[in-house]
Formats: sequence, C-alpha cells, structure tokens
Amino acid sequence: MLIGKPLVSIVSAGLSKFGRLDGMYGREIFAEAAKEAFERCPNLDPAKDVEALFVGQMGESYEHQGHTGPTLADWTGLLPKPAMRLESACASSGVALRIGIFAVLSGMHDIVLVGGVEKMTHRTTAEVTEFLAMASDFPFEQWHGITFPGLYALMATAHIHKYGTTEEQMAMVAVKNHNNGVLNPKAHMQKVVTLEKVMSSRVIAWPLKLYDCSLITDGASCLILTRPDLAKKFTDTPVHIVGSGQASDAIGIYEREELTTMKAGKLAGQEAYKMAGVEPKDLDIAEVHDCFTIAEIIAYEDLGLCKPGKGGSLVEEGVTMLDGEIPVNTSGGLKSKGHPVGATGTAQAYEIYLQLTGQAERRQVSGAEVALSHNVGGSGATAAVHIYRKG
Amino acid sequence: MSETPPFTIESFYKFVTEGKLMAAKCSKCETVLLPPRPVCTKCLSTDFRWVELERKGKLLSYTVIHVSPVQFQSMAPYTVGIVELKAGPHLPGMIRGVEPEKIRVGMDLRVDFDTSIQTQWPLWPRYFFRPP
Ligand SMILES: [Zn+2]
Repeated sequence: MLIGKPLVSIVSAGLSKFGRLDGMYGREIFAEAAKEAFERCPNLDPAKDVEALFVGQMGESYEHQGHTGPTLADWTGLLPKPAMRLESACASSGVALRIGIFAVLSGMHDIVLVGGVEKMTHRTTAEVTEFLAMASDFPFEQWHGITFPGLYALMATAHIHKYGTTEEQMAMVAVKNHNNGVLNPKAHMQKVVTLEKVMSSRVIAWPLKLYDCSLITDGASCLILTRPDLAKKFTDTPVHIVGSGQASDAIGIYEREELTTMKAGKLAGQEAYKMAGVEPKDLDIAEVHDCFTIAEIIAYEDLGLCKPGKGGSLVEEGVTMLDGEIPVNTSGGLKSKGHPVGATGTAQAYEIYLQLTGQAERRQVSGAEVALSHNVGGSGATAAVHIYRKG
Repeated sequence: MSETPPFTIESFYKFVTEGKLMAAKCSKCETVLLPPRPVCTKCLSTDFRWVELERKGKLLSYTVIHVSPVQFQSMAPYTVGIVELKAGPHLPGMIRGVEPEKIRVGMDLRVDFDTSIQTQWPLWPRYFFRPP
C-alpha cells in the first residue's frame, strides 16, 4: 500500500554547530538547530503550525537532566505543544523521526518537529565511556569490563578472521570521512588525517585505535515534517521520505547469530527498501552509522552496497568516496562531523536534506535524488533506516 | 529437598559463587538458555530445569581493552572475548593466563571462577576464561 509513496515531507531542517560547545546546555544547543530550521521556512509560523515535538536523547547522566521533551519545547517556543523524548541509544533520533512519521501518517498531526540532542564534552572520557556503555548489556558485558569500543572491536576481530578485512581498510574509512568533514563547516573535526596517522594512533580496544572511533561531541539536529500534500505550502524544494524501517536484536552481542553483521540493520534496510520501492543500486548517496570504522564496513554489507565480506574492498576501491559511485557519509559521518549520540539520526537526515536540495556547498553530490540514512543504536540492538527522494 | 532457584540472572551468578556454570534447559524443546530467561526463545515455553554445563569452549572473537571504565582501570590493558561453549550458548568474559599475542580465534578455552575477590551480594563474583 505504501510502496513508493511519500510518507511525509521534510520542508526544513536545522543543525547546530557540532563540537565542543562550552558553556551551553543541551536545550540551548537544540534551540540553535531549531532556529535554523525555522529561519529556512519563512512560511511557517512555528508557535502556531508545529503541532508536536519528538526528540531523541540518549542519557540523563550527561547533564543530570531528564524530562527533555517539554524542556526543549519550552526553549524552542513551542509550549504548550505535546513533546516527548525517545531513547534508543545512538539511534534515538532515527527512532524519533520514525515516530514523527507515525504521527503525521496517523492523521493526528499535520506538522511536527523531530530532532535530537546530546551534550557530552563537559564530562571526562572515563565518564562518557561509562555512560555510553549503558547502551550495552550490563550483567554479562559491562560487568566483565567490555566497553563500547570493545564490542565493536569484537565485531572487527571476527570480520578480520572470517573475511580477511584489514586494519588498513578500516583506517581508510576514517581517512575518507575526514576528507569529507573538512568540507563541512559544522563538522567537529575539520581536519584531514592520513592512513599512517590512523594506523599509529593509540589503541583503544584492539584492533580499534583512536582514529577508528567517532568523536565525543555536543550537538543538536532537527527536521520539520509535514503531510506530503501540504509541503508546497512551505517550500518549493521538499524532500520526501519514501521508506522507513526499524528492527531490534539481542542487547548482548554475544547472543547474536553472527558477529560480522548487524541483523537489525539488515532487516531495517530491507523493510525501508521494500516500502520505498528502491534497490541499493538506485541510491545516489548514503549516510551510515560509522560510530567505529568497522561499523561503516558492516553497514555497506548489511545495506546491500556490496556482498558480505566485501566492505573492506569497497572502501579501498574508492566506491564510497565523495567522487565515487555511491558517496557515503558526505557530511564527514560520526567520525569527523561528530557523534552527539541523541542528535545523530536526524543529523544524518539533515545532510541528506541539504544534498537533495542542492545546498551541500563544497561537498554537493551533483544530481543526487535518492538517498538512505542508517542509524544504529548501541552495538546494534536497534537500527532505523530511512529512504529519501527529492521532491 | 531444596527449592529450585528461579530462572534468573541472579541465580546464574549465585551458582558462579558456588563454582558452577549453570544454565536453564527448556523442558519442551531442550534449548539451553544462557542467560536464563522467563520464556524460551525458541518455543516460548516457561518450563525449565537447571543443568550444569561443561566448562569447555572455543574462542569466537576477542579484543584487548586499553581504555577502560573507571572501575577496571587498575587491570587495563586486559583481554575479553566471546566463547562458544560446548553446550551451545555463547558467553562473553575476560581471558586470563595467556599473553594477548598468543590468543587466536578458535582456540580452546575453559571457564573458571574468580574466588579471589570477596564480593558482597549483589556484587557478583566473576567467571573468566583461561587456556585448558
Ligand atoms: Zn523451548
């Protein structure tokens, strides 16, 4: 029934600067993202037109602050509209986006704001390591000293063993995404890194090194979603969401059937492709969840950009570079743009919105019309995939 | 006759205190569940019995953790892995008694129990893996 039809339309989007935003609360950072989205859309009267807010945020621990929904509604001038926070670890705002789609498709709301936020950099690395680990299994993983990078390192070791993927190929993901991030003025680390620098960086959880890991970042992102038939009232260049998929898997990676794939990502992708009536070869660009370099390699395989085990070769051959056949993570990805966990899902959608409306400036992929975003929660117990088409 | 302990994670760790590697076995389809759960993941039965597992297994994957959470900092760097037990279930934990350079995917490992740390319930004792 829904095949190929726009589910909702994105009529505007906003992103705060990503980075170390000293002296700002998460709510203030989110207000910065919302301000951009509202300013891009002069035909919208936010206080009157926006009917609800769905926002992703991973943890209360960072700011000792829960009850984020109404707080963000207040700081964006949307009181007394209904507001709700969703938590699905690093997929929090990918899931918030999906809930926004449900709200519009249900007929309950015509226009909603979806987004996400996280304020992380005021905490020590040890604290952040501990807070992030909360997205993994406590009694068997955290209790035995397995960190978040450790979980992805276990996937990497298994991938190396099964397919012969190399540490150099993983490092190439970092090099590529930093090259893209240099072209993104809102990216956290706008700096080129060399293969040698990645390979010689200090070990975090072998075989993952510092430059295999995404950044601890402050940031917020948001999108304004409307019913597709209302989109032209607000913009001449809407972006339609034509596919949405989500799936769950065991919280402990040790219970997964395979360590070299993330089943939830695969299933979410299949659902989204089917709904959109799109195949992997139809994609012009993709933003995938590169929380660690190995995660991007696994994402290529799970999303059908290549066969299982060929993700390392795909990056090595340059297929996913900015001038490649299918550019992946043109924004710089979580690796260079940064990973304020709750903000990441809708930040990926923000990049796609810019690309499909021709506003991506120096990193613009010309003629991009069909795109995919892939947002993973924790070590893969949640995944949300969306497919977009130029309006 | 003592009562059957509930099929919970806490019961699993209480058995670890006694030096036993125990799992729940579904009485209907014979699936071995570790961690124990209220419902069988294969057939949805809620009828289980405790079985003691052989402490042998093979290493599926491993990593050496250099940046650790605060409470593990004195042990870093340390090795953790996922072991496929002979009885079927996979179990994650620390690997001790072998140099990281000598660890190989597929190597035989044995489950052992750490009795050196006197922990107060509910701070669980830990099992770990070592070469046989
Ligand atoms: Zn059963």
